[in-house]
Amino acid sequence: MDTLFGITGKDFVITAYDSKAVASITLMKIGEDKSRELNPHTLMLFSGEPGDGVHFSEYIERNIKLYGIRNGMELSPRAVSSFARRELADSLRSRKPYSVNLLIAGYDTKTSTPALYWLDHLASLAEVPFAAHGYGAYYCLSLLDRYHRPDISEEEGIKLMQKCIGELRSRMILNMPDFVAKIVSKDGIRIVQI
Amino acid sequence: MSRRYDARTTIFSPEGRLYQVEYAMEAISHASTALGILAKDGLVIAAEKKVASKLLDETTGGEKIYIINDNMICGVAGITSDANILINYVQTAAQQYLYTYNEDMPCEQLVQKLCDLKQGYTQYGGLRPFGVSFIYGGWDEHYGFQLYHSDPSGNYSGWKATCIGANTASAQGILRQEYKEEGVTLQEAKNMAIKVLSKTMDTTALGSDKIEFATLELVDGRVVRRILNQAEIEALLKENNLLTKTEEAK
Repeated sequence: MDTLFGITGKDFVITAYDSKAVASITLMKIGEDKSRELNPHTLMLFSGEPGDGVHFSEYIERNIKLYGIRNGMELSPRAVSSFARRELADSLRSRKPYSVNLLIAGYDTKTSTPALYWLDHLASLAEVPFAAHGYGAYYCLSLLDRYHRPDISEEEGIKLMQKCIGELRSRMILNMPDFVAKIVSKDGIRIVQI
Repeated sequence: MSRRYDARTTIFSPEGRLYQVEYAMEAISHASTALGILAKDGLVIAAEKKVASKLLDETTGGEKIYIINDNMICGVAGITSDANILINYVQTAAQQYLYTYNEDMPCEQLVQKLCDLKQGYTQYGGLRPFGVSFIYGGWDEHYGFQLYHSDPSGNYSGWKATCIGANTASAQGILRQEYKEEGVTLQEAKNMAIKVLSKTMDTTALGSDKIEFATLELVDGRVVRRILNQAEIEALLKENNLLTKTEEAK
């Protein structure tokens, strides 16, 4: 499980993940979905150990969905991230912890602000303007430091994401297949062409 | 009306009633009154204290009004020891939510949590129901200021103004008359609460030592809960011309 990206803008968060599934030296699949929609305005990307990623993310997805059905209201992105972090923290001191890294991208409909959270398998949690997991982070965080502004438009956000992916294509030893990009905004979650 | 079915809580009567639950509500109707009023910019919970004796140690906190968490308070009517158990439970539940989600528990969910517990005691376990009714007042970002009432059956409903304990029939009637359709301000709600309380209290002499009073409002976007002290209650009584001669003479 490889590279995950997230970039916040004025009123949206754009996320992207590489869509390959690898086993040892073999490329098993292209077009793998490394995301789960937790509620209409919150998207979670996961990477790390293959089985753990799906198991954990679907567990979170179900719980967040159940909350929405039970209480007739969406949990805010902040509450969703705190919940996921708590689950990771409990898992950490168990017999076999989940090895999963997450990016949680959400749009808080109460405050009308976008939010992006970086979590790792040691149950760290940080709210950040942009983030990455995997080797891709080493190449692209500096790019994001240089070009990111908190009030960028969706168009600028997409261009910035393309810059990051372009950097990986030129500098990473592995061939980078297509990335899948999704935007979370007040209108919900949708795929964008990157 | 068959009395043979009273012995166990977990049995319906032939008329489809749960006697133990009704008996619990009967117990509450002998307890001192508590009422709550919702305003546009806050809410108030007021209660009459049963025993006001010079010998009582006043410093150990009230018996009628409690703080649940940062954004909720509640008033109690019924068996105080039962109430303590439930208050403890609901305070813990609120913190458990905060621990999991890093956000204050929404008011209605908290009420539901307690009501689910109370309902359990009407259906299984063979234990008697809790002899307590609650008035909950709180604020959350989803529905703003809210007022709820729950009883031993585990039912709850949202209210603009309500009361529990003794004399609720007359108190509810006065509230219905006085409450304005378009809503009231917090100050009006406070005055209304103290007036209604004075009308329904058994004792003729109204003193600040017989009343518990609390408000909840938003100040600079943060919830502020105030449990009034004796001096503040006295001032409120004075404003509404409710201080009896013996009080003023002091």
